Amino acid sequence: MKKILFAVIPLLVFFGLLLLLFINLSTHSEVLPSPLIGKPVPAFEHPTLYTGELKTQEDFLGQPWLLNVFGSWCPSCQVEHPLVTALANSGQIKVVGLNWKDEPQDAKAWLQRWGDPYHEILVDYEGDTAINLGVYGAPETFLIDANGVIVHKISGVLTPENIQEQIIPKIKEMQP
Amino acid sequence: MLASIGQFLLILSFTTALALTVLPMLGYARNNASLMQAGRPLAYLLFTLVLTTFVILVSLFVLQDFSVTYVWQHSSLALPLRYRITATWGAHEGSVLMWVTVQALWIAAVARFSQSLNLGQIARVLSVLGIIATGFLAFVLFASNPFEITNPAPLDGRDLNPLLQDFGMIIHPPLLYFGYVGLSVAFALAVAALIGGQIDEKWIRWSRRWTNLAWAFLTVGIILGSWWAYYELGWGGWWFWDPVENASFLPWLAGTALIHVQAVSERKNAFRGWTVLLAIIAFSLCVLGTFLVRSGSITSVHSFAADPFRGIFILALLALYAGGALTLYAFRVNQLRSRDTINLNSKETLLLANSLIFITATFTILLGTLFPMIFEAVGKKISVGPPYFGLMFFLLMIPMAVLMPLGVQLKWHRDKLSEAIKALSPHFVVAAVATAVSYWGFDGLNIRATAGVFGGFWIASTSLAQWITHAGQRNAGFVGMTVAHLGVAVFLFGMSMTEHKDTEKDVLMKPGQSIEVGGYDFTFQGVEDLQIENYRARQGTIEVARDGESVVVLHPQKRVYPKQQQPMTEADIYPGFTQDIYVSLGEQINDQGAWAVRIYLKPFIRWMWFGGLMMMAGAVIALFSRRSLRLEQQQTDQVMKERLGLS
Repeated sequence: MKKILFAVIPLLVFFGLLLLLFINLSTHSEVLPSPLIGKPVPAFEHPTLYTGELKTQEDFLGQPWLLNVFGSWCPSCQVEHPLVTALANSGQIKVVGLNWKDEPQDAKAWLQRWGDPYHEILVDYEGDTAINLGVYGAPETFLIDANGVIVHKISGVLTPENIQEQIIPKIKEMQP
Repeated sequence: MLASIGQFLLILSFTTALALTVLPMLGYARNNASLMQAGRPLAYLLFTLVLTTFVILVSLFVLQDFSVTYVWQHSSLALPLRYRITATWGAHEGSVLMWVTVQALWIAAVARFSQSLNLGQIARVLSVLGIIATGFLAFVLFASNPFEITNPAPLDGRDLNPLLQDFGMIIHPPLLYFGYVGLSVAFALAVAALIGGQIDEKWIRWSRRWTNLAWAFLTVGIILGSWWAYYELGWGGWWFWDPVENASFLPWLAGTALIHVQAVSERKNAFRGWTVLLAIIAFSLCVLGTFLVRSGSITSVHSFAADPFRGIFILALLALYAGGALTLYAFRVNQLRSRDTINLNSKETLLLANSLIFITATFTILLGTLFPMIFEAVGKKISVGPPYFGLMFFLLMIPMAVLMPLGVQLKWHRDKLSEAIKALSPHFVVAAVATAVSYWGFDGLNIRATAGVFGGFWIASTSLAQWITHAGQRNAGFVGMTVAHLGVAVFLFGMSMTEHKDTEKDVLMKPGQSIEVGGYDFTFQGVEDLQIENYRARQGTIEVARDGESVVVLHPQKRVYPKQQQPMTEADIYPGFTQDIYVSLGEQINDQGAWAVRIYLKPFIRWMWFGGLMMMAGAVIALFSRRSLRLEQQQTDQVMKERLGLS
């Protein structure tokens, strides 16, 4: 009996492991839940890119908006830029850019080249608000409701899929 | 054009590997000598084909052929030549091709250096190695083809990940693969033995040397990885218990258990089943590690781009290799009956204890690595970090350090435990005194550091004494063992000091400002902008002085590679025998040129890596053991005779 156990145990352990790895392949997701979801947008005060007028989170109360963290130094931002443009032009939501750790003249040149779909662009030169938002790489996009509460977050580039499956349904939910 | 040739050679290699799998095994089954003899030439052919394929991929990078998808994704026009070459294995597809290349090299080496095995044995071993090569070649061909074409070709590439544009990264993966793949030889031998239903001393002696070599590569690969993380990631750490680090550490632990058990089973007819099982476990962990790194199952800084199809493919390979081997093991292990009884008070028992400690450590770390997955399977997210691994590993290494000198002290076959303990007890006092002196000399140590330092002195003192008393019997095996064990002592001392006596300071510095850390004065001279090769750097200048005398000027950098978004922190280190001075730049704080600066003093950190190198050196020295060389040439089983003569 003991002999059979010694022979079979390694195999059983291995099959258990294999099963776990297999289940994990289908359930695993890279989505890290953001602790900020359900919380108000951290307080900020930033100048806008073109006029330099100071804006705070309170200026955006009253309707849902999308905060898109971008920089001219960020190639992935360029990748998602057509989608940001399409979303802003569709009129479904107000899209605000957070220009992160960027030189204003670089940002302006970048927007001139690729187009400027943003309703407003806030300049986060020091990266303070990005830190408060827990941004760990551009691009990141936050969906914020009319009361200034963060509803959803996309880390990394926007894609047709995550816009259709995540952003749009959430926008629809917020509409009365 | 070149890419098409590469593609064609890849298919040809796959066919050759398939032939290597089928023909010798068929020959063995039908007892057909000419089919069995096909194994060696096929092994050489496979190596030639795969190596040529690999060279073609390197050439595509050197020639900057951006019509090849893999090339434009991982290099650019601005990338310097040396990194264009190393970019070949900088990402998934190329690194798998490199794995296969190393695999083919080992197979060819096995074919060349296996004169002591009979034809039936070598046919089975080569065939099993052929199965492994076929699986990985299929993986390259169907799931990660580096020769895929993009049409039209982009004008410039996306550039290589800046973290990989570094010397440590150039040599770290190949060495690790040499280790991983090397363990497949021990695996192949174990499986071949199970197929034949018998294993003798000669087989184990033969495989032991391959295992030693593979283990040496694995050791140096892991050290390089640790060294790279230390200077490149800019956190000053040297081991993070990251899942991918664990993936390389698990086979090392199992391999350590294996080489110690082989020391017994090559001499006696004992622990045969255990040796075979450990060989299977060690290589299976290599494949498991590959799965963890490449399937995207685990969130880690090291992991390659996630691709579920690749995950399924490697999982299938793992099921085939490990599942097949373990099934065979379940059926055949009781035929590998160990005839010799083992005396409790003998070196054999202690070596068995060693393997049990190391295999327990293996599974403890495996469990910690997989725990997040277990939780995720039931819908929760957790992470298991250094506190768990550090504590568990510390606890498991206590019996290892305590028992190691005893294992060396006890004689083969039968000995008196009380006499061995009596011989060792003076060293206990020596170690205790040396620890007390260190405790006093370094202004106090915490519990873990004290235990580690004591373990280091205990092993060092006993190893040196055993070295002296073994005058006249210092064959390469004994020398290798002593060097490796002294390496453990050096490692323990270095690790304990680095972990528990380091100084870390994160400070805000304005240009011209000075700060005193650990008796050194650090003066920040500001940051300047530089343009070097394919990146822009903001380089700080920090003067280090002691008692008014300049020690060194350090230049840590913050690099930006225009093509890749991530900024890189390049620490500058002043290495020293007893201490490293480590400086890296954090973020710029304001327009007046003030920066967050990290200053670390890392005592004895070099000792840790040096200890690792000594372990590697020990394994290499043991390869030249005349005893094992002599025995390998003899057809009769000399050891058995010796033992019969003794009893």
